[in-house]
Amino acid sequence: MTEKLVIIGNGMAPGRMLEHLLEKAPGQYEVTIFNAEPRVNYDRIMLSPVLSGEKDYKEIIIHGDGWYIKHGITLYKGHKIIKIDRAAKTVTSDHGVTESYDKLVIATGSVPFIIPVPGNDLPGVITYRDLDDVQAMLLAAQSREKAIVIGGGLLGLEAAAGLASRGMDVTVLHVMPTLMERQLDPAAGYLLQKAVEERGIKVITKANTKAIIGNGKVEGIELDDGRVIPATLIVMAVGIRPSAGLAKDAGIAVNRGIVVDDGMQTSDGSIMALGECAEVGGMVYGLVAPLYEMARVAASHLSGDRSAAFVHSDTPTKLKVTGIELFSLGDFADGDDREEIVLRDASAGVYKRLVLKDNKIIGTVLYGETADGAWFNDLKKKQTDIKEMRETLIFGQAYQGGSPLDPMAAVAALPDDAEICGCNGVCKGKITSTITSKCLTSLDDVRAYTKASASCGSCTGLVEKLMTLTLGESYNPAAVQPMCTCTELGHDDVRRLIKAKGLKSIPAVMQELEWKTSCGCAKCRPALNYYLVCDWPDEYADDYQSRFINERVHANIQKDGTYSVVPRMWGGVTNANELRAIADVVDKFEIPMVKVTGGQRIDLLGIEKEDLPAVWADLGKAGFVSGQAYAKGLRTVKTCVGSDWCRFGTQDSTGLGIRIEKFMWGSWTPAKLKLAVSGCPRNCAEATCKDIGVICVDSGFEIHFAGAAGLDIKGTEVLGIVRTEDEALEHIVALTQMYREQARYLERIYKWAKRVGLEEIRRQIMGDAEKRQGYYERFVFSQTFAQVDPWSERVSGKDKHEFKPMATIGYPQAAE
Amino acid sequence: MNWIPIGDISDIPLRGARCVKTPQGKVAVFRTAENEVFAIEDHCPHKRGPLSQGIVHAKAVTCPLHSWVISLETGKALGADQGEVRTIAVRNDDGALFIALESLMMAAE
Repeated sequence: MTEKLVIIGNGMAPGRMLEHLLEKAPGQYEVTIFNAEPRVNYDRIMLSPVLSGEKDYKEIIIHGDGWYIKHGITLYKGHKIIKIDRAAKTVTSDHGVTESYDKLVIATGSVPFIIPVPGNDLPGVITYRDLDDVQAMLLAAQSREKAIVIGGGLLGLEAAAGLASRGMDVTVLHVMPTLMERQLDPAAGYLLQKAVEERGIKVITKANTKAIIGNGKVEGIELDDGRVIPATLIVMAVGIRPSAGLAKDAGIAVNRGIVVDDGMQTSDGSIMALGECAEVGGMVYGLVAPLYEMARVAASHLSGDRSAAFVHSDTPTKLKVTGIELFSLGDFADGDDREEIVLRDASAGVYKRLVLKDNKIIGTVLYGETADGAWFNDLKKKQTDIKEMRETLIFGQAYQGGSPLDPMAAVAALPDDAEICGCNGVCKGKITSTITSKCLTSLDDVRAYTKASASCGSCTGLVEKLMTLTLGESYNPAAVQPMCTCTELGHDDVRRLIKAKGLKSIPAVMQELEWKTSCGCAKCRPALNYYLVCDWPDEYADDYQSRFINERVHANIQKDGTYSVVPRMWGGVTNANELRAIADVVDKFEIPMVKVTGGQRIDLLGIEKEDLPAVWADLGKAGFVSGQAYAKGLRTVKTCVGSDWCRFGTQDSTGLGIRIEKFMWGSWTPAKLKLAVSGCPRNCAEATCKDIGVICVDSGFEIHFAGAAGLDIKGTEVLGIVRTEDEALEHIVALTQMYREQARYLERIYKWAKRVGLEEIRRQIMGDAEKRQGYYERFVFSQTFAQVDPWSERVSGKDKHEFKPMATIGYPQAAE
Repeated sequence: MNWIPIGDISDIPLRGARCVKTPQGKVAVFRTAENEVFAIEDHCPHKRGPLSQGIVHAKAVTCPLHSWVISLETGKALGADQGEVRTIAVRNDDGALFIALESLMMAAE
């Protein structure tokens, strides 16, 4: 038999409930609806587009009059229920209609919160809740005067945007420091405020309304800080409260809202409640998704299926202002146990942030580009483990297809206007078109022409991927990305993994890091050898066969296969004995060329390989050691004569140069390292184009670094000024060690500095005494193994085979 | 075939090379990580760099002058470079190494 179902309220929740009910149990109930609004069920979410003029009322109707007729539903429009008589099971409207029920559903929705300030009842103060409010606003907007919206939340901003598009001069007052703080983190709130302001809407945050002023009608608002803002229309959009008064009067349990169980049942077995007026599990809801879920549950129970239960789920928030894309979901507060992935695209105004906990998404804020909101929501709902797609996750669903996940494909799929370099505002299209039009082939060129990755460098990986995409095979990624074709890993990854996994031999590195070749190549082996020497100075046995010939035979190979020999002259200072020994060696071995180098020492060129040990033996007798002019290591410390001789000298630059050279000789570095010390700012030792330079001044020592005077010419950067020679040495040594530990093999100090940032280097070496001390001590420890003169070792017989032919054959036998 | 003894495999470092001097020029004898022995002309086809001084990896050597990579098996330049050096036959009798005189003479042509 048919039961009588009465519904108080005709909003979206009961509307949806009826749809479900009519489908599940058609004809089970005789339905009567009382709607306080004089109209049918319409889509309240779309009120903002109506306000802004993008839609009109007819377009947002959900159930037209015909629908009610078709389903035999009685709809009382403009009837507000004023009384529920639970004993008699009747309801009575303000027009005096009384209806009895078997089942009653209360869906009275919510009422807007009116802030309790003087003047809040003046004509011209309205709320934003239903179509009547919208019509009031539209009427007021015809004046094109000033409007104030109180509340920088979802509704307030939509109202403000609507009024602005109707020609009003709108100011938004928001009590919190950033807009929509409940849905957005401050970064997205900032972007949102910018976008709102770009629409000509003024935003005042941290604004406390003291009073609404006006004589007979609204004239403006006075803030706590005394400011007065004139306006003829004030829209209050500071929040809503469940409309539960009717239920409370009837003696139904009410807390913040009408208390219901997860079957939408109130404390009265015949009465259910749903929508914004209902409180389930201690929560009240204002967004449509959970309200629709309530509708589904309520319909189920009404149809006799009591298994349905409402379960809380986070609902994404979206702002419906044309041109502002915004999506917010779940919990996005920071926390120790949380990680986040952030993508920023400043020029396109895109901000994406995923908050992860245990490899699962728990919160999402998307601003500017929200297409993947649904997907993130899905991942969050399903508690999907995102570990496998972590690298590409933030790019969204489109970049996840197939496995293995390919970050390259993600970069390829980025639109041309996607910003790659946030520091310099360079988008993908700019980079790829410049690579093509200027025929760029190196990362440095791309940086020079586009500025992409030229500042903080954090987008270097993306830029390199773009180069690979644009240049294909003609781009040699070995120079920048993977170390070489033997591995997919770049230098930085390899260095990190050597330390992290405790890899202490080249075979161990190749095995653990899955080298693709059995024994590497001429690119990776010297690099690995250096990294291992640097990282494990006491444990790693130098792999002689992985060194370039110059470092293997401790001389410089020349184009004809002969070698040149450069003995060390400490600080560029020599004497008669040394010069005499050199002259004797030149005569004895008929050395064809003697040349003074730029590093203040003497180069002996054209020596046969077999003669090298004998040359070194003679030089060694005069006290010479190897000048390591062939090494990726400390080469020279050039000096001027300083305060001992020069009338302008401020410090003993020669002495300091010699001290530094004696301290640092023998150390291996990622690339060659040349130093200089000048005794005064006239800089005769040319310290300001060296890897590391010192300019002595009256007050101490100005330490410079990251200069270049080779392929590139570049003046140094100032690291800082220190007062004493001891401090100068400590800072220089620490800087060198930082470079040794971080740079890629063959990367000169100026390139490394550009990559990691001058500020970071200054911060660690000048600003952090503990870090500096650590670097210094590690260098000193490493030197105890490095400072062995390779020449005297070889004079004593080391690597004998290197300097002799294996055999001499085929010559005619003598005396036959 | 005239096999001329040049010494023992242990005279050459693993992943290394030694030279053999002949009237027609130097021959570079290589020993790979897998203990294979190869002999080729000691002149890079590019600018005559001494290949015996290069870094040995797999069955190839990288020239010390301009980093051409030469196959020890074929004597051909690998990768993008075009060029070839002559290979010389090597016999390895339990570590005793010999190179073939005929091929040496031919190589000298």
